[in-house]
Amino acid sequence: MYSFEPNEEQKMLIEAVGKYAANDLRPAGREAEEGGSLPPKLIDKGWELGVLQASIPEAYGGFGDRSAVTGALAGEELAFGNLAGALAVGVPSLFALPILLGGAEEQKQEYLPKIVEGNWTPYTAALIEFAFDFDPLALKTTATLAGGEYVLSGEKAYVPFAKEAQAMIVYAALDGVTQGFIVPKAAPGLTVADEAEKMLGLNALPTYRVKLDGVKVPKANRIGGDSGLDFERILASMRVANAAAAVGVARAAFDYARDYAKEREAFGVKIAQKQAVAFMLAEMRTEIEASRLLTWEAAWKLDTGKDDANVDAYLASTGAADMAMMVTDRAVQILGGHGYIREHPVEMWMREGRGFAMWTGFAMV
Amino acid sequence: MTIEFEAPKPIAQTQFVLKTVAEEMMRSKSRYFDDHEHEIPWDYIEFMHTAMKAMGAGSLAPKERDNGHDGGQKEKRPPIAYQSLAAQIEMLAWGDVGFYLVTPGGGLGAAAVQAAGTPEQKAKFLARFMGEKPTLGAMCMTEAGAGSDTSSIRTRAVLDEKTNEWILNGEKIFVTAGDKAFNEYEKLGKGFLVVWASIDPAAGRAGMRSFVVEGGTPGVKVTKLEEKLGIRASDTAAISLVDARVPFDHILGSPTVEKTTKGFKGAMATFDATRPLVAASGLGVARAALEFLKEKLAENGVEIRYGLPRQKLTNIEREVIDCEIMLKSAWLMVLKAVWMADNKQPNALESSMSKVKAGDVGTKITQKAVEILGPLGYSREFLLEKWFRDAKITDIYEGTGQINRLVVARQILGYSGAELR
Ligand SMILES: Cc1cc2nc3c(=O)[nH]c(=O)nc-3n(C[C@H](O)[C@H](O)[C@H](O)COP(=O)(O)OP(=O)(O)OC[C@H]3O[C@@H](n4cnc5c(N)ncnc54)[C@H](O)[C@@H]3O)c2cc1C
Ligand SMILES: Cc1cc2nc3c(=O)[nH]c(=O)nc-3n(C[C@H](O)[C@H](O)[C@H](O)COP(=O)(O)OP(=O)(O)OC[C@H]3O[C@@H](n4cnc5c(N)ncnc54)[C@H](O)[C@@H]3O)c2cc1C
Repeated sequence: MYSFEPNEEQKMLIEAVGKYAANDLRPAGREAEEGGSLPPKLIDKGWELGVLQASIPEAYGGFGDRSAVTGALAGEELAFGNLAGALAVGVPSLFALPILLGGAEEQKQEYLPKIVEGNWTPYTAALIEFAFDFDPLALKTTATLAGGEYVLSGEKAYVPFAKEAQAMIVYAALDGVTQGFIVPKAAPGLTVADEAEKMLGLNALPTYRVKLDGVKVPKANRIGGDSGLDFERILASMRVANAAAAVGVARAAFDYARDYAKEREAFGVKIAQKQAVAFMLAEMRTEIEASRLLTWEAAWKLDTGKDDANVDAYLASTGAADMAMMVTDRAVQILGGHGYIREHPVEMWMREGRGFAMWTGFAMV
Repeated sequence: MTIEFEAPKPIAQTQFVLKTVAEEMMRSKSRYFDDHEHEIPWDYIEFMHTAMKAMGAGSLAPKERDNGHDGGQKEKRPPIAYQSLAAQIEMLAWGDVGFYLVTPGGGLGAAAVQAAGTPEQKAKFLARFMGEKPTLGAMCMTEAGAGSDTSSIRTRAVLDEKTNEWILNGEKIFVTAGDKAFNEYEKLGKGFLVVWASIDPAAGRAGMRSFVVEGGTPGVKVTKLEEKLGIRASDTAAISLVDARVPFDHILGSPTVEKTTKGFKGAMATFDATRPLVAASGLGVARAALEFLKEKLAENGVEIRYGLPRQKLTNIEREVIDCEIMLKSAWLMVLKAVWMADNKQPNALESSMSKVKAGDVGTKITQKAVEILGPLGYSREFLLEKWFRDAKITDIYEGTGQINRLVVARQILGYSGAELR
């Protein structure tokens, strides 16, 4: 059956998350962007909504089953509030979900309860590398098996909360195939830059460069043990999360621009009454819907184990990146000169809009 | 309820059957009928009539579904009438959108009866599509001076109180299947035109009504068959009405002029139902073109690598991937709009958005495919150049891309037609 309506549980979750997004994330987001950090209380409050906890089965300390569709719904709502805040709240998922989806039983038992039963703790993941043609399926960071241990070497960029992280999953090429390795805090050979990265957008989310200089981890730290990890599936989950977040940010920008256009007068009418503006808004709304549905379908395919889920997730995130840039750019345009001024949030959303083309690996559902 | 994207079994089955029809009955004759404009593909018409009767569907017009209204006897199944229709139309248009437009059934005419007619009128006018002979219906809204601005139509209907008949006068253009619905009842059963006219010019939109004009009605004449860029297997007729008389109860819905725009809204409700279906037809052509493009690229050793960062893709790969994103998302938007219709949710916004998107996607994909394939794309050796011509109509009829943007904009801004023109 085709159906486009979230179920009751999902509706309740969207409502709760939506309230937090509107009442907490949105009001704090702008100042956080200017100040370059998020109030810890804000993250804690988001964590307490239990989005990740609801994806982890009881056996591992959670209270539900993972659904990429539910994750996408929640992700969109959170990002609608504020992207940096949304990503921060979700950082532990970057560590927990790959283990849930592809980890060995011992890994699940060791890590999942610790993460989901406690307060928000930065368990994170390192995927992105600082190269223009960065490709998650052809990493430059390498893992080699030597003397019963894996040795990791390379450099990672944009690792959220790396500085405080209890542990991180480092993705590296093992015989040319991307695999994940659990690297504990303060492992010898692991250095985290002192200063957070400075980026075009997302200033409130602390991300760091990480160097791995022959970091040794036991064999047991490879995700999935000897049989390893189906990384392409993990990547698909990251791409769905990316797409959902892009929809959330775009929706925020659209709503703001629409409301502004209905208020602002030029040439004796509201600018929204001019087709040049109204048509931009109509196209923005249409493209947001298009991306949302692609995202949902890809998520549903992940949940139902369809083979083409990976391709669909790729299409969804590629499309969403274009959509987010187009929508956020137009939001700035619709505010005219005011759109360019930091008093309004649209310029922030435009900076974030450009990021979706590159920051796969910042979130996972 | 939950979010799901599995095609319901009956839909998947019909699609499977229709794919064969599309290949055997349509694609194989596409070129011939494109080269012989105004010839009528009788084989296809006969075949589809028999096939659709066998499936229990006499008309490609959307129907109300009779689910669950039999005293709770039968198991309640979610209604999927519009969803099936969209899937059928997409597949037929994948075969040949010109042929699809001559599929027997009521077409836009029947859709108008469904949207605005009383239960008696529906019973009376729609039964013929299940009859012995294949039959077509048509809808006449457009006039030379009133295209997008439907409210300025000049066709008039005056009640002759002596005979209790409506007398219609006016000139309609661009009537899809108008000739077949009105003239061809030797071979076809008697079809009808749904003609939009004003019964009170002073009342503006409130005075607009639609009338069923039976095939062969005296005073009505097909004055011209248009020659077109594409969809040449479908006739596009100009029709003149000079003192044409129709019985009183051929006026769809209420005959009184209230100070409301109910009559006009009837027309617009028709469009809410039919826009996603027209969108679906545009996407069928687009899919044909995209599949052909990928096939030819593969034959020439060009493979599309999914999953790579954009920076590593070739230009052709990027463009093909963009086309796939457009096509997939547009199709999902059509599905959502018809799913809402099936579930009786107001869908004016979704319906127009799907048409905006499909209009863009259909034209962009077919244009892109011709461009990428260079001499192969431009050649009449293949059907691609024809699909390029066929697809363009999706952005024009059933509300141009601009008109649908207006509808979307009014919905999202909460504006009336007066506030946003
Ligand atoms: C950094 C900066 C430097 C500037 N420097 C100068 C300067 O040196 N001197 C100076 O005089 N000004 C300057 N400006 C002002 C600038 O020229 C205006 O911001 C610009 O003209 C737009 O006006 P507005 O911001 O009031 O937008 P609005 O006029 O409110 O426009 C809002 C939106 O509505 C659209 N719109 C408005 N009217 C119509 C219409 N009739 N049809 C269709 N769309 C319409 C606009 O295109 C825009 O998208 C500067 C602005 C900035 C941000
Ligand atoms: C092959 C074919 C089949 C057709 N079948 C039928 C049919 O079965 N029944 C029927 O009734 N009609 C039918 N039509 C007519 C079709 O619906 C109209 O052609 C269409 O609505 C556009 O009207 P128009 O051609 O008069 O263009 P116009 O209304 O003159 O539009 C010209 C241009 O101006 C733009 N425009 C117009 N108004 C606005 C506005 N307010 N804001 C912004 N832009 C605007 C349009 O988008 C378009 O780009 C058919 C047409 C064709 C070509």
